[in-house]
Amino acid sequence: MAEPLMASIAVTVNGVEQVRDVEQRLTLADFLRHELNLTGTHLGCEHGVCGACTVLVDGISMRSCLMLAVQANRRSIETVEGLAGESGLNPLQLAFWERHGLQCGFCTPGILMSLTELLRDNPRPTEAEVRDVLSGHLCRCTGYQNIVAAALDAAAALDQGVAQ
Amino acid sequence: MKPPPFEYHSPGTLQQALRCLSEFDNARLLAGGQTLMPMLNLRLASPDHLIDLGGVQGLSDITEEGDDIAIGAMTAQRTIEFSALVKRRLPLLSEAILCVGHRQTRNRGTIGGSLCHLDPSAELPLVAMAFDATVFAASAAGTRAIPMATFAVDFMTPAIEAGEIVTVIRFRPWPEGHGAAFIEFARRKGDFAIVAVAAMLTLGSDGRIARASLAVGGVGPIPVRVPEAEAILTGGAPDAAMFARAAAPCAEIEPLTDPHAPPWYRRSVATTLARRALQTAYERAMKNLHG
Repeated sequence: MAEPLMASIAVTVNGVEQVRDVEQRLTLADFLRHELNLTGTHLGCEHGVCGACTVLVDGISMRSCLMLAVQANRRSIETVEGLAGESGLNPLQLAFWERHGLQCGFCTPGILMSLTELLRDNPRPTEAEVRDVLSGHLCRCTGYQNIVAAALDAAAALDQGVAQ
Repeated sequence: MKPPPFEYHSPGTLQQALRCLSEFDNARLLAGGQTLMPMLNLRLASPDHLIDLGGVQGLSDITEEGDDIAIGAMTAQRTIEFSALVKRRLPLLSEAILCVGHRQTRNRGTIGGSLCHLDPSAELPLVAMAFDATVFAASAAGTRAIPMATFAVDFMTPAIEAGEIVTVIRFRPWPEGHGAAFIEFARRKGDFAIVAVAAMLTLGSDGRIARASLAVGGVGPIPVRVPEAEAILTGGAPDAAMFARAAAPCAEIEPLTDPHAPPWYRRSVATTLARRALQTAYERAMKNLHG
């Protein structure tokens, strides 16, 4: 076996800079899970279909299974571990809890990251806009109805928070 | 570790990328990775060298060049989606881009990657075909222009030679007031289309059709124009019967056979979608001209 080809990367993950030597073929998803032990990012299909591994790269949602760790060099990554604050779950996570927006929870981390992007770009999305974003995620438990309801609740809660 | 071992290269300029490509055996170019990365994860591709175009300067701009709109090959589908220039001058592309994958894949997928992959159902090659877009490919020998009609050679086979990199795709916008429509049928939103149709019409001052483009994807191995339809449309007085007549030749496209749909079904869907796309393009042209 030839020696694995390595690269040195510096990535900001949930606000913390991480400097690591990684194998060049390592995906961003495996980097997060195996090198940083951030196992909140889930891996379902590993070919971009299911959406479970979705993270934010410089604020934009992407499949972390379809990106190499070396490509994240000098970029900022947000994962589900970065959502909750000191005081506990954030409004989007709370809405998922209240609305029963998850059952087994496998797809949830990716969905939360996509909805985080949506609510930043568009604080009052329509149901159709929420469903459009969710079309990039597979959930086999909920039938999506409660996820849509949770997203709309979170938008309303965030809007009210801003108004106050 | 999912992908097989490879050596990763991240050139900063087109010249460096071309040099990598000529220097290394069994090298693959990586654009947005929404197709090649799955192929690596599934080990359907095993390059010894992966040349990432993500860091190459100057390949991801949307600019007006003379009468044309030039879109860099590494422009993210997301950038096209949110481009005011594309919305204003290339409404067909603006409508079609919303059918490309999902929010999360458009954020990273590129126009050049989609054209070079040339999936028979993909939206962007179909739109390029409808526009007669020109694909520019750079090599050590210089840059050559490839009209879309010859770029799509056969099933997933673009006319790109070894040592070439697609750099830019040029679209010639249709005149202001034209009507455009993009319609596709897929099992679920964001899936590859079973059939997709792109239509553009301009109306003359006499109310007749001055110019028409009709292109169909997902039926044959590559997206195709339907010249018989365009001949029926051009110079004619538009009405529903004429659009039905113009759509009929779509049933003659030699279809693919795959598990998703039998040939007769694709032909039938193509004809129906073509009629609807022409009708919608006409209504939009009327609205653009008369408000």
